[in-house]
Amino acid sequence: MTPQIEILLIASVVAIACSLVGTFLVLRRVSLMSDAVSHSILLGIVLAFFVVKELSSPFLILGAAVIGVLTVVLTELLITTKKIKEDASIGLVFPLLFSLGVILITQFAENVHIDLDAVLLGELAFAPFHRFVLGGVDLGPQALWMMGSILTVTLAFLLLCYKELKLATFDSGLAVALGFSPAIIHYSLMTLVSITAVGAFDAVGSILVVALMITPPATAFLLTHRLDRMLFLGAGIGVLSAVLGYGLAHFFNASIAGGMALMSGVLFLLALLLSPSRGLIAQGLQHRSKKLRFASELLTVHLLDHEGAPEERKENIRENCMRHMNWTEPFTQKVVRESLSKEWLTERDGLLSLTPLGRETAKQVMVRT
Amino acid sequence: MLDYTLILVFSGCLVLGIVAGTLGSFAVLRKQSLLGDAISHAALPGVAIAFLLASSKHPAVLLLGALCAGWLGTLFILLITRTTRIKNDTAMGIVLSVFFGLGLFLLTLIQRMPSASKAGLDKFLFGNASTLLLQDVWTMLILGGATLACVLLFWKEFKLLSFDPDFLHSLGRNTLILDVFLTTLLVAAIVIGLQAVGVVLMSALVIAPAVAARQWTDHLGRMVALSALFGGVGGVLGAFASSRISNLPTGPAIVVGISVLFIISLFFSPHRGLLKDWLRERKNRKTVRSKKVLLALFTLSRSHKTPFHSHPVSSLEAIAPGSIEGGLEELRNQGLALPSGAGWKLTHKGAIEARRLAQHVYGEMP
Repeated sequence: MTPQIEILLIASVVAIACSLVGTFLVLRRVSLMSDAVSHSILLGIVLAFFVVKELSSPFLILGAAVIGVLTVVLTELLITTKKIKEDASIGLVFPLLFSLGVILITQFAENVHIDLDAVLLGELAFAPFHRFVLGGVDLGPQALWMMGSILTVTLAFLLLCYKELKLATFDSGLAVALGFSPAIIHYSLMTLVSITAVGAFDAVGSILVVALMITPPATAFLLTHRLDRMLFLGAGIGVLSAVLGYGLAHFFNASIAGGMALMSGVLFLLALLLSPSRGLIAQGLQHRSKKLRFASELLTVHLLDHEGAPEERKENIRENCMRHMNWTEPFTQKVVRESLSKEWLTERDGLLSLTPLGRETAKQVMVRT
Repeated sequence: MLDYTLILVFSGCLVLGIVAGTLGSFAVLRKQSLLGDAISHAALPGVAIAFLLASSKHPAVLLLGALCAGWLGTLFILLITRTTRIKNDTAMGIVLSVFFGLGLFLLTLIQRMPSASKAGLDKFLFGNASTLLLQDVWTMLILGGATLACVLLFWKEFKLLSFDPDFLHSLGRNTLILDVFLTTLLVAAIVIGLQAVGVVLMSALVIAPAVAARQWTDHLGRMVALSALFGGVGGVLGAFASSRISNLPTGPAIVVGISVLFIISLFFSPHRGLLKDWLRERKNRKTVRSKKVLLALFTLSRSHKTPFHSHPVSSLEAIAPGSIEGGLEELRNQGLALPSGAGWKLTHKGAIEARRLAQHVYGEMP
């Protein structure tokens, strides 16, 4: 495998793992916990490093996971004091833990290779250099093995607890009534978020973990409203962001992690605009066609009102309709054209008269209102 | 000890602490704490774009770029939450991470451009107060002064907006415009601190002083003033620590300083402190326990001729489960009960008190 393919493979695995746990964060409305956890695990990594003195030790993941869960516990403790609101509690805990991590690195770990830029940017470009060698056989990059294991754990958890997760996410009251503990599910999920964040941390840095955890699931959320599809779509969009982002970064010779986050944002924006059912463009078109339909119906009612009356010649012409309904000239033309094409009315010598179909429509509209 | 550079650094951190503390109070009260986090991250591409467009590192240019990007970020959050099913937290997560990603992308791009030196731009990540120049401090001072002046000028409106926006609306004021205006001021406050604290940690400077100040008072004016004070003190403390200890970045130092202020306030404020809550709860528990035992003594004594009959602890336990000894000790301290023989009996004062209590608890006694 060339290094480029290896990087793409690692990035894809990271993206899938992040997107799977992220889906539940988005649905449970705790998206910003990913921000909090991905920052504070730095402290866990540093503390674990001081104990084992080795950067590639799996204990680092353990330390990070412990601090990640601690972040969640501390945040929730602050909320239960009822002195501090939820959002402020999140914003108080993680900056402190992250700051302690940064200070410990700068003061006591100056000569090891946890450098601060890597914390933010990730070191994906260097990932293929750290090989996993077993008995003299090169088995590929370490990062791939690590993220692969994390993804496997995540998948196992999802497959085993899918029903429980779904229930606890959408109807926690029912989950409690059926005897599931939402707390256990919540903390398992948060542990998973922490573990995934540590793995992804190496590859994409602490802040862009948030991009991969939140943005692809949110994009998928715009496109579907089924949980299983959202999981698959989110993972797919995550991989697409990673691949496109890598290409972009490679082309401009810029930060890979930045490129991936950027592309996830671009894909989100595309979905926001173009989603067939709820995209902004679809919404706009729907709004326009509703407006036109309403105006045409209004026109038929107006025509019916004056039909056969002595003032019909004065009332049922374009100019008068325009003035009465407060429409602009082009809009009036459009409404008349629309009504003509629907065969609700005919126009002879400027006089607009209803067809039988138009008369029926007008009567139905009046009954409806 | 106080040389020119140190004075610059201290005044810069003082200004940013005061402004962030002031605007942070409103953000916390309006439950917009994490908006600060989103805005500060979103400001990063603004710095890079301003540098690319103007090819100048003048602080006014960079901060203007940051201001625009931060503002754009908040607009995006509004757009997403208004037009889709996506909730506020997710919208903030998206804007925060994507804008930040764009910022990093552009910064690395600039870094690799042959002509430009990126020096001075990467301090926006973690902040470095020791590199503040006179022009930086002037820019912070002017922007900060303008922000504070706006807050004072629109004090009444912002107060209503925070506590009762419907009432403000009923007075005929445009709440949307005021809302956007106050959020813009928050963006400005965050942007001021970016150089010294960095985008990653600036949000803590908005939240922590305000939450700490909230512990000490229920009065908006005092809260804002205290929050500004905490912010200023935290800023100067952090700057001081970072100037004394080599390699200590200013942002984390300030965050730790302010967090200590917050933790002290959370536990020890006489008004809403956890310690006070805990003491009061302990006192309540004691009172309830002793009253329970007093009632038990009284109930038992009603089956005897005199209320001063002695009852063994075991029969008290039978009708009032729980820790009896502690309650009895307390009654003795208050002079309401006495040990007598193998058990305990009511004193004269205790009998009167018990009768009053029983009447209060059970209503009319036969």
